[in-house]
Amino acid sequence: MLRNAWIIPLLPALGFVVVLLFGKRLPRKGAEVAVASVGASFVLACIVLVQWVQRVEDAPAHGALRGFGRALLPTQEGGVAAVDRSFTWWENGRVNFGVGIHVDGLAVMMLFMVTLVSLLVHVYSTKYMEGDRRFTHYFALLNLFTASMLLLVVSDNTIQLLVGWELVGLCSFVLIGHWWEEKPNADAAVKAFLTTRTGDVGLMIGIIILFFAAGTFDIAAINGEVLGGDISHTLLVVAASGLLIGIIGKSGQFPLHTWLPDAMAGPTPVSALIHAATMVVAGVYLGARLYPVFFSGFSIGDGGLNAMAIIGGVTIFVGAVLAFVQRDIKKVLAYSTISQLGYMVMALGIGAWVAAIFHLFTHAFFKALLFLGAGSVSHSGSHHSFDMRDDMGGLRKYMPITFVTFVIGSLALAGIFPLAGFWSKDEILVTAGRTGFDFFLYVGLIGAFLTAAYMTRCVYLTFFGEYRGHGEPHESPPAITVPLVVLAGFSVLAGFTNAGALGIEKFKDWFEAGVALPPLQHADFEVVKAVVSVSFAAIGIGIAAFFWFQREELNPLRGLTRRNPYAGAGYRLLQNKFYLDDLYEKVIVGGIKGPVARGTYWFDQHVIDGAVNGVARVTARLARVAYDVVDQKVVDGAVNGIAETAGETGGLLRYVQSGRVQRYALTLFAAVAALSLALWIVY
Amino acid sequence: MGLNQYLILSAFLFCCGVYGVLARRNAVLVLLSVELMLNAVNINLVAFSAFTKQIAGQVFALFVITIAAAEVGVGLAIVLLIYRNLHSPDLDRVDQLKG
Repeated sequence: MLRNAWIIPLLPALGFVVVLLFGKRLPRKGAEVAVASVGASFVLACIVLVQWVQRVEDAPAHGALRGFGRALLPTQEGGVAAVDRSFTWWENGRVNFGVGIHVDGLAVMMLFMVTLVSLLVHVYSTKYMEGDRRFTHYFALLNLFTASMLLLVVSDNTIQLLVGWELVGLCSFVLIGHWWEEKPNADAAVKAFLTTRTGDVGLMIGIIILFFAAGTFDIAAINGEVLGGDISHTLLVVAASGLLIGIIGKSGQFPLHTWLPDAMAGPTPVSALIHAATMVVAGVYLGARLYPVFFSGFSIGDGGLNAMAIIGGVTIFVGAVLAFVQRDIKKVLAYSTISQLGYMVMALGIGAWVAAIFHLFTHAFFKALLFLGAGSVSHSGSHHSFDMRDDMGGLRKYMPITFVTFVIGSLALAGIFPLAGFWSKDEILVTAGRTGFDFFLYVGLIGAFLTAAYMTRCVYLTFFGEYRGHGEPHESPPAITVPLVVLAGFSVLAGFTNAGALGIEKFKDWFEAGVALPPLQHADFEVVKAVVSVSFAAIGIGIAAFFWFQREELNPLRGLTRRNPYAGAGYRLLQNKFYLDDLYEKVIVGGIKGPVARGTYWFDQHVIDGAVNGVARVTARLARVAYDVVDQKVVDGAVNGIAETAGETGGLLRYVQSGRVQRYALTLFAAVAALSLALWIVY
Repeated sequence: MGLNQYLILSAFLFCCGVYGVLARRNAVLVLLSVELMLNAVNINLVAFSAFTKQIAGQVFALFVITIAAAEVGVGLAIVLLIYRNLHSPDLDRVDQLKG
């Protein structure tokens, strides 16, 4: 099955075609085909996972196969080789464009995670989207979304990866704008598309530079050459910077994170899919996939500051702070995703490769859980509203399953021992302390504190206090709660795959295997840091709880923004999202719309149109000359001359043709007589 | 009687025929003149046949007579149509093919 992993993306792709063409005629409007195709993919991904784990476990001990040649690309872990399979798509000169799969630990992990989350989202959607006017269309695109992400995950070359990457972007555009009849939704879709496209320019640049540097699009070969030191450092810096811009756009990093909260305009399961499994993690995946490029390009091994870690660190802080002022539960989660993606990118930036993908893995589960939980609340609790202040509150009594799972997700996100988020976040922090990135250790700790606090606020507003909505809250149907429970289970247990404290490092062993990595430091569990990080989170929860659970009149912090001008200014700054949207829309877009557009218009009218019209005028004049001289005189003259010659000849000959038979006969006899005479004379 | 007398007679008849064909204006007489020419040729054929003691000449003469009969049939039909259309047997008026 490892060699046939290409079937996994193929199944949802086929599902997409079938649902699109025949979905409306099926009894469940195509949902059954969509769920079945992703379910089959999930089963296959599980088989791949099991076979990969067996392969890793059966492999000889550390380093036994090292030096078996480049083909194996031995990692420092030893001899588990990735499974490569590809064929030539087309060839141009000596450049080979291939299509193929590259299955290593990272890809196996992603295949499992993406298909699992996607399957749960599919199941959830059958109920959540029931009765939607574009139900079939929705499921078709959900399938395509999954297929694109899986294509990206298994691809063995950068071109195929780019195809998957763009398909993912396209699907998210369509799904965010699923309810395009309302203008804000359509605007959000366009914003998401254009913002990520801005980043894609960087990705293109990175891929092109890597191609010219390494002479190939093959990812394993590129990584091999980078690790072998065959590519100059300058090229790597430029390539890594380009790729980093791609990651910033796709993974919602500061300063291109603004599309992600707006993307909440889409249906909630889509948000879950975008934030957990398919869209935003593509950027982090790219970072992990081409990690040697970043490692060498940004000199991560030397410690100190680098662009990737700074971007990640800033994003952690920006996302977490902005999550505090949101009224919309989904926007809280969106900013939380931004912040968590910041952790992953920062982890890549500080050399914590395993920690980054481990956090990606655990985050997928609890973030999908939180989004689906929010969807459940709006579906059954708040009458299709996401406003925490006006339409929620006190829902724990009405929706016990949603409440419990949501709290589990929140605790996991906050990094409370022993849930999944604790282990992955802790690993990032420990590695930061080990590799000489102490600064980012503190950023991560502040992030953990903020995360815990804003999630407490979110949980309080949604589930505690009095019900402020106007609907009749009740628990959601099983199609919605079952995925929640499954994800809650994973949110609790996923962390134990790499629980350093218990001596379990299976995640690292399994999913680092076969990946070409630079020499990384591995962090062992540190009790002190774990205690510190959990206590930061606990303090965050405590402060937020003090702030929100206290009665109004007893709380000294209430109304602070109205009383204190500095606090008020800070609040307004957050409300306006650091004025980043204003910067983009008014300064950049407005600037382009104003003088630049006018200048371009002038250029268009005068220079380009002038050139075009000039060419047209010259052409017309040439044509006139050609008409007068060549056509009228030469060609027509020849034709008419021939006709006139024929006519004149005919006019002369017509006198011979008298029409009188006897005259002809006379000519005949005269001729015979003359010939006879001539012959007689001759002989 | 030698061969020459026949040949002279034949030449005389042929010349009469040629004159008729070229000079007469009546279509029927032109046809008759053509018959004269044919029969002049017949006389020649029979005379040479008798002179050389070869039967082939007489056979040819028989063929010529047969063909001449067919020719007169077609020719008279044409003359009849000319007469019907022009109300005159005058060949000078048959000049519709004048160029």
